[in-house]
Amino acid sequence: MDGDATQATVLDALEARYPVLCGAIRDHTSKRRRPFIRFFACERDLSHDSPDAPLPGAVRGGDEPLLIVGAIAGG
Amino acid sequence: MSSVRVLVGTRKGAFVLSADGARKNWQVDGPFFPGWEIYHVNGSPADPNRLYASQTSGWFGQQMQRSDDGGKTWNPIGNKFLYDGETGTHQWYDGTQKPWEFKRIWHLEPSASNPDVLYAGAEDAALFRSSDGGQTWNELPALRNHESAPQWQPGAGGMCLHTIIVDPKDPKRIFIAISAAGAFRTDDGGESWKPINRGLVSQYIPDPDAQTGHCVHRLAMNPSRPNVLFMQKHWDVMRTDDAGESWTEISGDLPTDFGFAIDVHAHEPDTVYVVPIKSDEQHFPLDGALRVYRSRSGGNEWEALTKGLPQQNCYVNVLRDAMAVDRLDSCGIYFGTTGGQVYASADGGDTWSAIVHDLPAVLSVEVQTLK
Repeated sequence: MDGDATQATVLDALEARYPVLCGAIRDHTSKRRRPFIRFFACERDLSHDSPDAPLPGAVRGGDEPLLIVGAIAGG
Repeated sequence: MSSVRVLVGTRKGAFVLSADGARKNWQVDGPFFPGWEIYHVNGSPADPNRLYASQTSGWFGQQMQRSDDGGKTWNPIGNKFLYDGETGTHQWYDGTQKPWEFKRIWHLEPSASNPDVLYAGAEDAALFRSSDGGQTWNELPALRNHESAPQWQPGAGGMCLHTIIVDPKDPKRIFIAISAAGAFRTDDGGESWKPINRGLVSQYIPDPDAQTGHCVHRLAMNPSRPNVLFMQKHWDVMRTDDAGESWTEISGDLPTDFGFAIDVHAHEPDTVYVVPIKSDEQHFPLDGALRVYRSRSGGNEWEALTKGLPQQNCYVNVLRDAMAVDRLDSCGIYFGTTGGQVYASADGGDTWSAIVHDLPAVLSVEVQTLK
């Protein structure tokens, strides 16, 4: 992808490629992360970081993945 | 030969149960969308191969699915349900005002004449319509913008629009019901709505003339008499003969008149079915005995139907969208339970047998009659 790699831009690219994911990871309108979805990378929980904050360098460089994980919550 | 296809939504997937008109030997397909809450699966009367499903989860939100081959294969369709304009607020359980927030789709009602047209009932309560087979959805905002809306309050299960009935003789007339705002009717295709709750009595509403606030659990209509509707309320079974302008209680000799599901015989418009549940605190049948009650007189006089249903140690519930009837000559009645059973009667309720015993908790049951 072109431009800065942030949570927001990565999700924009993901949703453009896989439209069925629209609304499944973040709210359609507010673009806020869905409450039971978490973002992890480089052994850190990025869920509460700003969606516009640059992702860790290792993710931007392709050495580490950005993990989008459903919370291990009941049900 | 005619056949039936029972569409079952459960807490962990959808199932399709098929049989010929004898309704004795069943094929069970599923689970489709395993692990997802399937609030409703419904078929288009205009094209019985066209099915729609509401697929939802707390993790990933609302998805919508469509089948064009009678449930064999499914494809995702549009899942964007955006409130039109200012969302406004409604009452919360503690009496404070809370903004409208979309949670899930509870009910799908395909058009009788066009397989691409269908309505969807949402939580927080709103009515959506698609005219392109579910690819896009538009709200009919006049309902949510009704003057009474800021006073609407959720029932225990959420503020859900759970019932949509389109008048088969006039598609611009639509009845809906919301827990716990009550029943509403439009006569102009959703441009304007009126509450139709006169005659409903609820202990927790001191004003006998309250327009809204009643917890209506379900409405049912026989298509031959669109002015007559039956209602299962949070306590009380009710009936209207004038399209909701007034309601009268028909609980009569029911052992308890709490419950969720209600339906009407396909060919006998005064034959009504309910599944009495002990109370609002104890959502299971009286005495641990699962009984469907049938009235052949349009209410008040009820008989217990028990043959083939468990009469001891049965503490399941039957949810509001989990009962349906087919249109075969000997009308079949179907219902699903929170214990995962789906029961069927091929003789109007005289005898019952379980199609399946061990599904996940059943949220909804619909049945298609196929020629």
